[in-house]
Amino acid sequence: MMPNERKLRDAFIAALGVAPDAAVETFTYRGIKEWDSVAHMQLIAGIEAAFDIMLDTADVLGMSSYAIARTIVVRHGVDIEA
Amino acid sequence: MTIADDDPLLAAPTFGVPQPEKEAALLPALIRLTEHHQRACPTYRRMLEVLAPGPITALHELPWLPVGLFKSHALASVPEAEISTVLTSSGTTGQTPSRVFLDRHTARRQTVALARIMTEVLGPRRLPMLIVDHAGLLQDRSQMSARGAGVLGMMTFGARPVFVLDRDMRLDRDALAGFLARHGNAPFLIFGFTYMVWQLVEALADGEVDLSRGILVHTGGWKHLHDRAVDNTVFKATLRRRTGLERVSSFYGMAEQVGSVFVEDADGYLVPPAFADVIVRDPITLAPVPTGTVGVLQVVSVIPTSYPGHSLLTEDLGVVHHVDGPGWCGKKLTVLGRIPRAELRGCSDTAAAERA
Repeated sequence: MMPNERKLRDAFIAALGVAPDAAVETFTYRGIKEWDSVAHMQLIAGIEAAFDIMLDTADVLGMSSYAIARTIVVRHGVDIEA
Repeated sequence: MTIADDDPLLAAPTFGVPQPEKEAALLPALIRLTEHHQRACPTYRRMLEVLAPGPITALHELPWLPVGLFKSHALASVPEAEISTVLTSSGTTGQTPSRVFLDRHTARRQTVALARIMTEVLGPRRLPMLIVDHAGLLQDRSQMSARGAGVLGMMTFGARPVFVLDRDMRLDRDALAGFLARHGNAPFLIFGFTYMVWQLVEALADGEVDLSRGILVHTGGWKHLHDRAVDNTVFKATLRRRTGLERVSSFYGMAEQVGSVFVEDADGYLVPPAFADVIVRDPITLAPVPTGTVGVLQVVSVIPTSYPGHSLLTEDLGVVHHVDGPGWCGKKLTVLGRIPRAELRGCSDTAAAERA
């Protein structure tokens, strides 16, 4: 796995408090009990810190899955393949 | 990515729809909601049988529930399995808390509604955020207090949040100084409940900190402060003198209608967003009163689908000064505080009768 993909995974694992080998790629907001509204704000803070980016309000509201989180960080200039 | 919802009322300009157009759009939506809750909530259906509303041809003809009913009754319009959050609010002192049942759909609508409002006030960028509360507030997730939900809801619009009160509600001067060292030289957001912001102000000496780049958004009512002769004018003047803070906006909202908050405009009036409205009623007869007359406030909102909270008679007194321009569209309101208990007899009788 590329380092930036690893960073995004780690941000999810830390914010949601799930096992390191959890299938985060399948996670959706409120689809698992760990990803609730409080964890969501922790996740946003974690992703912003990991990539040193600032998400917009619409990103915070729209980030409803791992896949969408991935496209959001790419749009903020992160090379997820690096 | 834009903030959107399938509901055109949520997509309308938040403070840009003239009152006649707004009422024309709200009326059919609120009639549909009334019918929905009648079908889905047996307790609400029984209450409407008692209230027996006539034909509804204007907003003021919509049936309403006294907001106190959320203390005495469990009012939900979705099956228990679909309830994702129960908001609780102590409201007036010494009573059982209100319980507000949210499913994912209503929670989402609340978030989108609040986002529409806040981006109007703050712009689309999230600003570094100072929270005038303590971090422990967000720990119990299943039974979240209305205060916790308010803070969490606002955190969507702020970044790098810092809580400046400790567990005992005392100012954490190190946290405040650290935040200002990092973010104090560019616009930042301050959010807190009005009386807690006042506590913060009282803990500070004139000029001790510089909050001149801050934008304060506060809510929660003036009950505690009016006892100390602090009104909005004194509040703002004191903030400005002590901290240099000039951009201050109060909100009017309640746990029973999260999302459809009224925002203070540039002239100091509270204005309901496009998807909500206010009707002022005579405290005794409950008939609608003309603009300029003080009365008890009824609030309507298209947001609540999981509980019958779309039309509520509050326990607050207020007055609409004028309608539409200058500035934002809509009713320009001042909230004057709680109605004296004795005058509420009409409403609490309804609750008591239903309980019996």
